[in-house]
Order: sequence, then C-alpha cells, then structure tokens
Amino acid sequence: MNKKRFPVRLNIRNNVIDMTHGSGGRAMAQLIEELFVKHLDNDLLRQANDQAAFNVPGGRMVISTDGHVISPLFFPGGDIGSLSVHGTINDVAMSGARALYLSAGFILEEGFPLSELEKIVVSMADASRNSGVPVVTGDTKVVEKGKGDGIFITTSGVGMVPEGVQISGDQARPGDTILISGTIGDHGVAIMSSRENLEFETSIKSDSAAVHTLVADMVTAVPGIHCLRDPTRGGLATTLNELAQQSSVGMILNENRIPVNPSVTAACELLGLDPLYVANEGKLVCICAPQHSQTLLAIMQAHPLGRNAAVIGEVTDDPNGLVQMQTRFGGSRIVDWLSGEQLPRIC
Amino acid sequence: MKYIDEFRRRDLAQQISSAIKKTADPEKHYHLMEFCGGHTHAIFRYGVQKLIPDNVSYIHGPGCPVCVLPVGRIDNALQLVNEYDVTLCTYGDLMRVPASGLNSLLRAKARGADIRMVYSAMDALNIARENPAKEVIFFAIGFETTTPPTALIIKQAQAEQIKNFTVFCNHVLTPPAMHSILGEPENSGQDRIIIDGFLGPSHVSTIIGSRPYEVFAEQFYKPIVIAGFEPLDVMQASLMLILQINEGRHEVENEYTRAVSRNGNQKAQALVAEVLELRSEFEWRGLGMVPESALKIRFEYAEFDAEKRFNIPPVQASDVKGCECPQILRGVKKPTDCQLFGTVCTPENPMGACMVSSEGACAAYWTYGRLSQ
Repeated sequence: MNKKRFPVRLNIRNNVIDMTHGSGGRAMAQLIEELFVKHLDNDLLRQANDQAAFNVPGGRMVISTDGHVISPLFFPGGDIGSLSVHGTINDVAMSGARALYLSAGFILEEGFPLSELEKIVVSMADASRNSGVPVVTGDTKVVEKGKGDGIFITTSGVGMVPEGVQISGDQARPGDTILISGTIGDHGVAIMSSRENLEFETSIKSDSAAVHTLVADMVTAVPGIHCLRDPTRGGLATTLNELAQQSSVGMILNENRIPVNPSVTAACELLGLDPLYVANEGKLVCICAPQHSQTLLAIMQAHPLGRNAAVIGEVTDDPNGLVQMQTRFGGSRIVDWLSGEQLPRIC
Repeated sequence: MKYIDEFRRRDLAQQISSAIKKTADPEKHYHLMEFCGGHTHAIFRYGVQKLIPDNVSYIHGPGCPVCVLPVGRIDNALQLVNEYDVTLCTYGDLMRVPASGLNSLLRAKARGADIRMVYSAMDALNIARENPAKEVIFFAIGFETTTPPTALIIKQAQAEQIKNFTVFCNHVLTPPAMHSILGEPENSGQDRIIIDGFLGPSHVSTIIGSRPYEVFAEQFYKPIVIAGFEPLDVMQASLMLILQINEGRHEVENEYTRAVSRNGNQKAQALVAEVLELRSEFEWRGLGMVPESALKIRFEYAEFDAEKRFNIPPVQASDVKGCECPQILRGVKKPTDCQLFGTVCTPENPMGACMVSSEGACAAYWTYGRLSQ
C-alpha cells in the first residue's frame, strides 16, 4: 500500500460520508484503502480487483446472500458489522458446508459518520478473523441523505459441502427428532431493549455468533442429518413451519423442553411477545433420524455454542404441515406462522 | 418467573380441570362468554380448551379494542394524514385494521404518511415535545385500562402549553357494551344470544372495580366472574361460573382479587372524569350505535381535541360485504359461519377486524379450528 497516494489521511474522527465517497474517484479509493482494506485486510482483498479469484476443491458448492438493515446499528452483544458476517456464514453452514469466503456490499447514507463506519468495519474484521472466513471482495455505494438509514450491508458467502452430506429443508420425515442448539429469543430481546422509546434494563445480549464450527462437528459425527436451519426472523415457530411445509410433515413440540433464558421470558411478558417468534442469530434447529438424536445432542452440548442444546419435539405424519405444541400448562395448541410483524427490522 | 409461573402451574391446571369435569352437568351445555381479548388469548396460547369438557364452550366477546373500532374512525384518521401535514401516533395492532377501500394505516404509511407506532401514550407526547414544528396527533383507542394514560398526557400537554399536540379520542366503555350484547332485559327476540355467564374483564376492572357489573347480574340474571388473564385465572373463573349456573345463582364474583377491588382505582377514575366526558353515543364495530358507550375530551381541554382542531366529521362507513364480524362479536355466529373466514379473510390479509388482532375471535379461531379438523 502506497501511503503517499493520499497526502492527507482520512479524518475518521470528524468527517462524515459524502457523495464523493461513492463516486468512483480518489475519495472512494482512499475510503477503501484507509478503512475497508486496512481492517479487513487479506491477500485476496489487497489485490484490489473488482472480484476475488481462488481455487476450490471439487464437490458441491453453496452460495448464500443476506442483506442487513438492522436498527439500532449497535446493540448489546453485537452490531450490524459482526451480524453481517455471522448471518451469512450461518446461512452457508445450514447446508452442512463450511464457508470459505465472503463478499460485502455497503450502501452508505450521505452524512454517516466515518467513526461509526470504522467501528462497524473493525467489528466485521474481528468477526471474520474469529470465524476464519475472510471478506475477499466488496463494493461501496453512497446514497443521498434521507435515502438510506445510515448503513446497509449485504454479504454473500461461498462454501463447500462435505461429501455425503445432503441437508435440505425437505428432508424431515415422520418420527424424526427436532433439536435446538440453545436458548431462544435472545437476539430479538436485546434489540428491543436498545430501541428508541423502548429502552429497558436487561442483561440479555444478542446471541449473534457464527455456528459453522458447531455444524462441522455435527456433520462429521452424523453426515446424514436431515435438516438444519437458523431460526432468525420470525423465530423458532416460523422456522419450524417453513420446514414442516417444505417436507410436508407435521411437528409436535414440548414447550417444557424449549430452553428460554428467564430474562427473555420476563422481557417478553412485559412486551406482550411470544419467545417462539422472537429472532435468534446464533442458534440452529436440527432435524435428524431418532437414532442419531442422542449422539448429536451430546456433540452440540460439548460445543461452546450448543451448551444449552435440547431435544424439543418430533416430526409427525401430517400432510397439512401443522406444528403443534404440548403447552407447559398441560394443554395443546397450534404454533402458527408469524402473522404481521412482532419486531420491525431486527436483522 | 415469579408471580407469573404460579398462575401457569400444570398440576393446579389438572386439579381445576378435574374439578370442572366433576362439576359440569353432562346433560347441560355451558356457554361462557369471555369478554376480553386477553382471556381469548390465554385460552388459545395455553390450550385451555383441551382441559375443559366439550359441553363447556367459550364465546369470544367484544373485548378487543382494535376489533370494535368502526371503519369510519380509521377512515377519519386516514383523512387526517392525507389532508394535513401531521404525525399520527398509535398502538401497533391498529396499523393493520382494514379501513374503507381496503386501505389501512399500514398502507398509508407505506405511501409516505408519517404514522408512528408507539408503545405508550407518553411516547406520543414526547414526539410532540421533540418536534415542535410538527403537528402530532395521538390516535387514542382502548377500554378503561388505557384511558387514564390518555387523560394524563392531555393534562400534561396543557400544563406544559404544548401547542402542536392533539388527541383523537376513541376510548370506549365496557359496561355499555355488555348492556348492548344482552339487549334490553325484557328482550327475548330470536336473535338473542345464548350466554349463560360472563368471564368479566380483568385489567378494565382494576380501574373501574367490580361494582359496575352488579346491575347486569341483577337485571339479566347472568352470573359474572371477574377473571385475570393467566390461564389458571380463566379456568378457576370458569369453575366458579359453572357452580353459579348449577346453583341457579347470578352474582358478581371476583376471581382476580389480587388486582381488582369493588370500587376500583379511584385516583384513575377521578383523572379520567376530570379530562374526559361521556359521548351521547358511539359506533362500535359489531354492535352499531351504542348510547353513552364512549368518551370525548371535555370542553376545558378542547384545544387538545383533534376532532375540534381538524373538524373531523362523523363518518359512518360500512364494513366489508359478507363480513360477519358484527354477529361474531355478539356471539350470535361462529367465525366458521362466515363465508369469508379462511378463504379471502386470513390473518395475513384480514377483511374484518376480528381477524386483525391475535386477540380477535376469528384470528384465534383460525388457529384453533385448523387443529380440530
């Protein structure tokens, strides 16, 4: 990197994004060099091409993309930067694959403080380094003030599926066991607690995390896992309904077994929410043949991101795709799709 | 969670369940109307119906403030945001309620109207304080429970001389609605609803107390049991109602003694009386015009009355054709009797108000009904 290209360094502390940062000229080049490349630095990114070229081993490849528009940008347990890395790594991982590379597209609003942008990029860099998945190419656009909401980040990821793994949402079969990797609702409640007009004191942090190493442990032990999915927007309830519909099966859950942090339960009581519909960003739902459930449960519980994993129900023969639940109270009810929105823009 | 888990205990639910099974006369059918959406929600969320014998059925009453708001008042609000440069603040569920011409506040917002979802009345006043150049209107809805906060912010706005703030008052009263459902005491018309007893309002009664219901028990010979919103409250109150019905009694009993007294919260009542007064009549979705069933802002606080500042005209708009909301809210018909139910009217695309809120009878039935198929 030739530092003399820009005699005056970017004033990150005091400056804001202006239209020149997206114009393709020197200001944009400087922003990329002194902010994005500086923090996200890796061999492929440093080549400064409009694309990244790399070799991949043979086999099945997966690609996934995820747009992040979260408000607020910074929340207990994470920010839009770390979330944009974790979200896409997780989407790739839900095929059983290990993500290899990420790309990132930034849409910045005129007037957005460079200091906040740097905080976000540093957080992305940390998340990427800790996950071992580099951001190898990217794009920056600037929109006029009032035409964005500070910053939107879209990330895409590619990964390779290990041989013999055929995980898909349509693979659930009657009799299968349903597992969850930990407590539900933490992310959504953390977001709510820091939202304008609704600030309340809670110790709850977002569970935002990349679960690909947990998935790697699981598919190594049981390559024949039927379904994996991360219960993000719409929460556990919506994810299970998606899987039930894709596989044309029913499900029966046991409310007693679904792990929920007591503070999340309390916050949900206060806000009139049902934790089943509140978003997660570091959890996965796993559906497997019953004979594999105990092996997988033990492996999940042995991993730091699966300590509170639990068997929460089973797949039933129901072509209508109804998800039902034995309530803790002793009754039963349908766990339906989320109608409308519980929380606006949470990821 | 303390003070919550105690009211959701499975073992106690089983005990009450067997007591109800023992007490309910198998030769009889018990029609219990739970007045509030909060009760409806508890019944469905915890699966209470499964713990109750088949000959005890719940009729979902009109106690969902979103559901009973007539189309005309939402049309009024839409007119406000379309004709004036105003910020309209309201509670979340109201956003999706269908107005005339398949419009809604949510759709108006998407087209650029400044409509904000708030979690409390005070948030609306704060928006007015923070944006003195903007005209801010609070679209106030709800039963007696949400009325004191509205009265409070109007007083506060006057004390602070906030000039850019008004309230579009749509607060309604519970006892006149019960009266309207039951009809006149002498009325024995064929459309009369078969209700053997009421699970009385929970949060509303914390404000107004249990005394206002006594007249119904006396005049209509209907037992009323004030019931909390936890599932054990609903079950215990159902048992109390069944006992009253069996014994031929018709009294006001209070299951929710931990929060409701006979006289209610007199401070809150005084606050409401100071700022708001009775309307001569008000339109309810499902019940039509009900005399003395709603509140308006008193003359002394007229400068904060959106109806006065913006000359809001009375609009009587008709509900969607074929929608049986009116009959469903009265308990005369079941959601499944409606031709629109589950066909063109679903929680994703609600036609009538009962499908909008999760507390609405149709939305709740949609969920439960599919389970029993």
